[in-house]
Amino acid sequence: MAAPAPAKKKVEGVADKVHVWPYLVRIEFLCAILTILALAVWSIMIDAPLEEAANPTKTPNPSKAPWYFLGLQDILVYFDPWFAGVVAPVLIIVGLMLIPYLDVNPKGNGYYTYTERKFAIWVYCFGFLVLWIALIIMGVFLRGPGWNLFMPWQYWDPHKVVALVNVDLPYAFGVREYTTAAWTGFAIVAAYFGLGTGAYFFMERKAIKSVGFLRMFIKIQLLLIMVGIVIKIVLRLGFNIKYIMVTPWINI
Amino acid sequence: MATKKPDVPNIAELMEKVKSGKIFGEIAKEITESQIWTSTFRHGYADTPRNRVLQIASNVWLHLHPVKIHRHALRIKFTWCMGGITFLLFLSTVVTGVILMFYYRPVGEYAYFDMKYLQYDVPFGMLMRNMHRWAAHAMVITVWLHMFRVFLTGSYKPPREFNWVIGVFLVTFTLLLSFTGYLLPWDQLAMWAVTVGTNMARATPFLGHEGPFAEFVGVTPRYDARSVLLGGSLVGPPALLRFYVLHCIFIPLVAGALMIVHFWRIRKDGGISGPL
Repeated sequence: MAAPAPAKKKVEGVADKVHVWPYLVRIEFLCAILTILALAVWSIMIDAPLEEAANPTKTPNPSKAPWYFLGLQDILVYFDPWFAGVVAPVLIIVGLMLIPYLDVNPKGNGYYTYTERKFAIWVYCFGFLVLWIALIIMGVFLRGPGWNLFMPWQYWDPHKVVALVNVDLPYAFGVREYTTAAWTGFAIVAAYFGLGTGAYFFMERKAIKSVGFLRMFIKIQLLLIMVGIVIKIVLRLGFNIKYIMVTPWINI
Repeated sequence: MATKKPDVPNIAELMEKVKSGKIFGEIAKEITESQIWTSTFRHGYADTPRNRVLQIASNVWLHLHPVKIHRHALRIKFTWCMGGITFLLFLSTVVTGVILMFYYRPVGEYAYFDMKYLQYDVPFGMLMRNMHRWAAHAMVITVWLHMFRVFLTGSYKPPREFNWVIGVFLVTFTLLLSFTGYLLPWDQLAMWAVTVGTNMARATPFLGHEGPFAEFVGVTPRYDARSVLLGGSLVGPPALLRFYVLHCIFIPLVAGALMIVHFWRIRKDGGISGPL
């Protein structure tokens, strides 16, 4: 049953619409003054950095991308460049564009609400605040020479010794032969996506007719990839697992 | 025959007008009723409902707005002002960026020394550079916050789906604008940040020489996705020129065009979102 939207508080005798001049323009004007003021003060106080002249023979350690890309640079620890540097950004952009077409919940259109769209808000907040912002903060402040983790109070020692104890997941399971390991890894990845998709469709089987198969399929693939990134981070940091699937062409 | 005397102002009368203050009203009347004034300003300034409408509708800059909006759209709590601030910061980078272009040459031999010249010899050069850089960084943050706000209010939902897509393009172009500008100081920070960033392109599946399946396409370090971006196999003078052109001409034009669509669609999709 479609519950009627709770009636908005209506104040008697107050028009719902107001003139843009002056009520909106004055806010914009004030906002613009404050922004320009803040920008001017900031620019007077803090100089933009200019290091020594570019030198292609002198690689700084660490070499960092601009700060807004450090989340992506950080997932390079967990993924090969073809994913972290190319496929992941493309998936982020395409996934964001698809949001309005995948989220068919008609509620919460044009107002703040948590209760009417808990899942959507959780997914976006997790993706934005954790996978994007937190990884940027980590990349800016905690990644030192050799892209090793340093706590804020630690000296950025370029000679820090970090034991390379990572193994691939099939190896951890005792699979030593290359081809078998590749097939084992492939089976694990395929099972993850297959079972994830299957479980989602089973749980939401009533919605398939109204929401549509394609929409649900794309949605769950994107979610599984997002969760997969988290799983790989946990496996790497917690269990020293490097790759799940190793093939001659791609590693995951 | 009576000769017509020239119309000499009576000094006493004039002094009287000055003393009583009437003269200011008369001068104002002369000016505001002149052809120049009336052709420039189409309506009075008195606070009448008609003028409030005309103030928006007859002004090319303000007519981006509707003449009336819902009361809720005024609340800072609802919009965070972030879209507007992002646009303002974009305009700030355009103004300061054009000034910087007077002094900066995107040539390997000159670029870094032009930066030094700009910082130490050009009056207010350092300030212009600072404002340009900080506005660009702030714009990256505000555009993310704008997107976050639009998501939280569900403003991408029908009928605004397409405008959200345009917005995602604009976020991407904001990052690309900032990234291409990052190389231009031509210092160590710039060169290596862009090296790290563009190195990713060589891992592009099929199209990067270190990417998966590249061997089936036959790309080489000198002829792949990355070399198209850099005009070479490393971040050198051709890359500087490419990034300069992308930064100053190509991306601003595309982003500007998309902004026009973005703002226009807000109104076409029923104005700023709100509870129905």
